[in-house]
Amino acid sequence: MADGVKPRVKVPKTAAAGEAITIKTLISHKMESGQRKDGDGNTIPRSIINRFVVDFNGENVIDVTLEPAISTNPYFEFEATVPESGEFTFKWFDDDGSVYEETKAVEVG
Amino acid sequence: MTRAFAPGLTTALTAVALAGFTGAAAAGPGPDEDQLVINGEIEIVTEAEAPAHMEYVDTVYSGWRFRSDETQAVQMDDFDNPAMIWVENAMEDWETVEGAAGESCASCHGDVEELRGVRAVYPKWNEEAGEVRTLEMQINDCRETRMEAEPWKYSGGDMINMTALIASVSRGMPVNVAIDGPAQSTWEQGQELYYTRFGQLELSCANCHEDNYGMMIRADHLSQGQINGFPTYRLKNTKLNSVHARFRGCIRDTRAHTFAEGSPEFVALELYVASRGNGLSVEGPSVRN
Repeated sequence: MADGVKPRVKVPKTAAAGEAITIKTLISHKMESGQRKDGDGNTIPRSIINRFVVDFNGENVIDVTLEPAISTNPYFEFEATVPESGEFTFKWFDDDGSVYEETKAVEVG
Repeated sequence: MTRAFAPGLTTALTAVALAGFTGAAAAGPGPDEDQLVINGEIEIVTEAEAPAHMEYVDTVYSGWRFRSDETQAVQMDDFDNPAMIWVENAMEDWETVEGAAGESCASCHGDVEELRGVRAVYPKWNEEAGEVRTLEMQINDCRETRMEAEPWKYSGGDMINMTALIASVSRGMPVNVAIDGPAQSTWEQGQELYYTRFGQLELSCANCHEDNYGMMIRADHLSQGQINGFPTYRLKNTKLNSVHARFRGCIRDTRAHTFAEGSPEFVALELYVASRGNGLSVEGPSVRN
């Protein structure tokens, strides 16, 4: 696992049925592109988050492929409609095989 | 007759056009009318009656009011505010035991919320040391004498993160630094510096931030140079910036040799500039261009 990686998610706790809610996500990650060289001229190996997936009650909401040009601490904001109460699952896939996970429940009243 | 009438008409039209243009310009570089509420709950005072000691300014404005709507919005939600990542890092430092005494910040101060109000009154006279101290100096004093740990670099990453954390718990409280009593001579030194012209361009702080705030400085809006929002996340360098680093940048821009961060001159200047914002809310860590 890369250093200092911490996922953050902001989801409203409650929503109306069928309402489009705004979801904000950010993961602190250095997103080393693999293009840079260190002081001795050696290539710094690529280390990025390469995929970001969000599911709601097992159903896929978004599935993002990230490329090396995406900058440090990738931030995603999107809207999702919530038909019923349930749980969002967020997963970030690291180049080194680590998977960072976060879940947030939404109450539909 | 027609010819004689024509210039009059032209003049009238020009006057209308000019009036329209001036109106638009006034709404441009000057402070806007937006209200700042962070996370939908922390109300920030961004406009206040100028403190009594200020002779040439009637109203003080936070730099937030001079920024574009997009930049303003980033500060209105902690999730969007990139500075909060470093605040979280400082939270880890807060609880980390360091130094020979085996103490962390938390071992004496407990929860960081206990320091609510601290940012609002610094720089502050320290009776025991017989000097005016900035928050940075106080943090390093804690590290050296209480924790027996290595002091942090004045504007280093760890230090700036910690000042951001301590500022964040005071957001919404009015800046209220003391300028009388034992702090008065330092404050006067700061005032002297504020009005002293530096560098090849012969510019004082006042030339820009008092005489010309609300105008454009090249492509940017010139604010009053208030420091209630420090440390500040700047879009131009995508990191937190300390007050003294900002002072240094300003003096460098006058093409002068600058004072060092943490120098007595900058401590005095910080006290004076902070006192020009007495009445505005603590806003740090803020977001600016």
